[in-house]
Amino acid sequence: MTTIAFPTLISRPTSYTGLWSWIGTVDHKRIGTLYGVTAFLYFLIGGIEALIIRGQLNTAENDLVSPEIYNQLFTMHGTTMVFMVVMPMSAAFFNWMIPLMIGARDVAFPRLNGFSYWAFLFGSIFLNLSFVLGGAPDAGWFGYANLTGNTYSPGDGVTFWALGLTILGVASLAASFNFVVTILNMRAPGMGLMKMPVFVWMALVTNVLMALAMPVIAVALIQLGLDRVLGTNFFNPVAGGDPVLWQHLFWLFGHPEVYILILPAMGIVSETLPVFSKKPLFGYPAIVLAGAVIGFMGWFVWSHHMFTVGLGPAANSAFTISTMLIAVPTGVKIFNWMGTVWGGKLHLNTSMLFSLGFIAMFVIGGLSGVTHASPPTDAQQQDTYYIVAHFHYVLFGGSILGLFAGGYYWWPKMTGKRLGETIGKWHFWTMLIGFNLTFGPMHWLGLNGMPRRISTYAEGMGWETSNAIATVGAMLIAVGVLIFIINVIRTMSSKQKAEDDPWDGRTLEWSIPSPPPAYNFARIPQVKSVDDFWYTKHPELLHDERGEQTESAAPVEEDTHGGGSIHLPSMSYYPFVVAIGMSIGIVGFMDIRADIPSTDLQLPWLSVVGIVVGMWGLLGWIFEPVTAEGGH
Amino acid sequence: MAQAATVQEQHGHIADTNTGISNRKLLMWVFLASDCLFFGSFIATYLVYRNESIVGPYPNEVLDIPITSVSTFVLLMSSLAMVLALNYAQKDQLGLTRFWILAVAVLGAIFLGFQVFEFATFVNEGLTIRSNLFGTTFFILTGFHGLHVLIGVLWLLGTAFAHFKGALTSRSVEDLEMAGLYWHFVDIVWIIIFTVIYLIGFSDGEGLETIEHAATIIGG
Repeated sequence: MTTIAFPTLISRPTSYTGLWSWIGTVDHKRIGTLYGVTAFLYFLIGGIEALIIRGQLNTAENDLVSPEIYNQLFTMHGTTMVFMVVMPMSAAFFNWMIPLMIGARDVAFPRLNGFSYWAFLFGSIFLNLSFVLGGAPDAGWFGYANLTGNTYSPGDGVTFWALGLTILGVASLAASFNFVVTILNMRAPGMGLMKMPVFVWMALVTNVLMALAMPVIAVALIQLGLDRVLGTNFFNPVAGGDPVLWQHLFWLFGHPEVYILILPAMGIVSETLPVFSKKPLFGYPAIVLAGAVIGFMGWFVWSHHMFTVGLGPAANSAFTISTMLIAVPTGVKIFNWMGTVWGGKLHLNTSMLFSLGFIAMFVIGGLSGVTHASPPTDAQQQDTYYIVAHFHYVLFGGSILGLFAGGYYWWPKMTGKRLGETIGKWHFWTMLIGFNLTFGPMHWLGLNGMPRRISTYAEGMGWETSNAIATVGAMLIAVGVLIFIINVIRTMSSKQKAEDDPWDGRTLEWSIPSPPPAYNFARIPQVKSVDDFWYTKHPELLHDERGEQTESAAPVEEDTHGGGSIHLPSMSYYPFVVAIGMSIGIVGFMDIRADIPSTDLQLPWLSVVGIVVGMWGLLGWIFEPVTAEGGH
Repeated sequence: MAQAATVQEQHGHIADTNTGISNRKLLMWVFLASDCLFFGSFIATYLVYRNESIVGPYPNEVLDIPITSVSTFVLLMSSLAMVLALNYAQKDQLGLTRFWILAVAVLGAIFLGFQVFEFATFVNEGLTIRSNLFGTTFFILTGFHGLHVLIGVLWLLGTAFAHFKGALTSRSVEDLEMAGLYWHFVDIVWIIIFTVIYLIGFSDGEGLETIEHAATIIGG
């Protein structure tokens, strides 16, 4: 294949154990594990930030942290939970489950997959280093201009934010391209689009949204970064720049982003509810169509984040209508899930509890969301704790509970061991009660006028009791997370072994061993219907449940690679090298400041180093064959 | 960076996919869809800030339509060369393929030369990224387009020199097809940019709007 020899300065990793095998891995399951572990660590960091915030707001006129630190905490809490917890945790499930559910041996571009993870890791570490390198970003996770300009954010925090999120954006883009191609191109024979598991459908919608929304935030961040380091005028009102442009760009990304955060969880419960209700998913086409429609309409609602900006009655009316309309496909999904559970033989294990908790909490969050679809009411709620309550009900009550449902559901497949059920139920109930204690009272606080993003409040506003309850709730959530960690440690140190198909599952991942071998499927499956594995196990149900005639099994296609040998892509260090080169290259912009005469430029040489390292890695990547000679 | 690297990804047999389009080519299409939003956001920014500069130099004082028309023509002709290169690649004529690939790269490089000349001229006339909104939006939008052209030129040079030693394979033809998709996309983006900045925006100057805007800011 390769016609010119590229000097390989680093040889390929060969051992499948040890640190270097993780750095060089291209196995979607290992990359999924890396994503999951990293995202969980950030979940703890973001949680600690939240606990400090709750500690500060526990009583009136508290001084646990200074207002400056408080601003950094809520900014990094939001940024961390969105970009470093929910998105990569969803990516962990995408990585693990998409190939297994569509009957593939890996993703379409295994090395690009490795690159995505490493870029995510370096970007997120860089962003968090800001805490010890002169102050974290402190302008809110939405980074409204012109608060983020050099005038009002003189420290380096916002530059960390702009550059760090740019790196994370590249990581997300690369991952989304990979998953879109994987889902469209690598399904097992017979698995038409409308025979895919709903989780894979929601993953497809999510990744299409990511591929199209991340460039928009990338442009906004580039504009912000250039304003700060090179002195351009994008958001500079003195030169005629319009800060509202930032809001449009940010929310044009930001609202699809909301669906990027929730659709994976919707996909997860669409898998767990049928399995634990012993019924097929109610209205498969409707739930798929609703997901696709949400993904489409998600592009036409962004200005509902800007009702109080003063865009005028025409714009506000149009976005009110589109916002209220998008509640319809969401409602369709909820009724489908209820129809799935209705009359089923419910198996109320931990995963099912989290799934049901997801539906209940998401309905509350969805309904409070509909209340601020209307500009007059939104004008009352804007920037109050009512909004904080709303989006935590959809993002914690929705996404996080849904991700835990998926965690308990797929743990046996991923590790070969089942998480403890009794302790798991303790985890669920402490978290659910703690969650409602934390965010329930915020509805009242918000309607009572308590603004967001204030580090303290005066006595006698009537806000003390609700805030104290919220702090107790936050500690209860922390207890719940601790119980989960104990559960994981106990499970992983036990000798028990999970079956290959512990839940009597419906989809292809349960047809292979737990944990799966590196090649996933010894023989690529032939798919005939939705939930193919279920009807393979229970062919007599095909007629009753789907109205289809039981077909005689199609002849199994022999492995096309022949000879029983399966060629998997070989490990490679180059994705790691390219990711580190790109990250260093972007970090090099850090020390330039447009408003300070550049006498002490120390870091731009870093950009040069980054480009050199990145180009070297890229050339190595291009000229390295995917599968090493003689390798598997 | 990422997309150039994955161009070389190999996976299985080329037609062995559900869509019948190879993974690599589908990746290129998804990337181009994504890149549409990237340029779309910058072009939207340019349009939002049209006629909003408070101080000069204004577009009608610096833009040189005849010269940019020439460079636009050069870029359009490079797309024609790209079509010819692919045509000869599909007919398995290695020499002509390489000739036309190099022609594309050379025409792209000439376009970049025009851009460097234009940027230098504008800076001499006092327009920088810091001068005003026009300077900011103009340099960044056309700069990112130029960066895309530069990546395309390097990619094509790499293809011409490294890839076709020996013979054309179905895989290297597909490589060229992907480079072609990218090149035509970058070309189409330029047609939009040329229309928006040069053709529509040429008369943009110190209009009533900008004076009013300045007045509200200075006065308010």
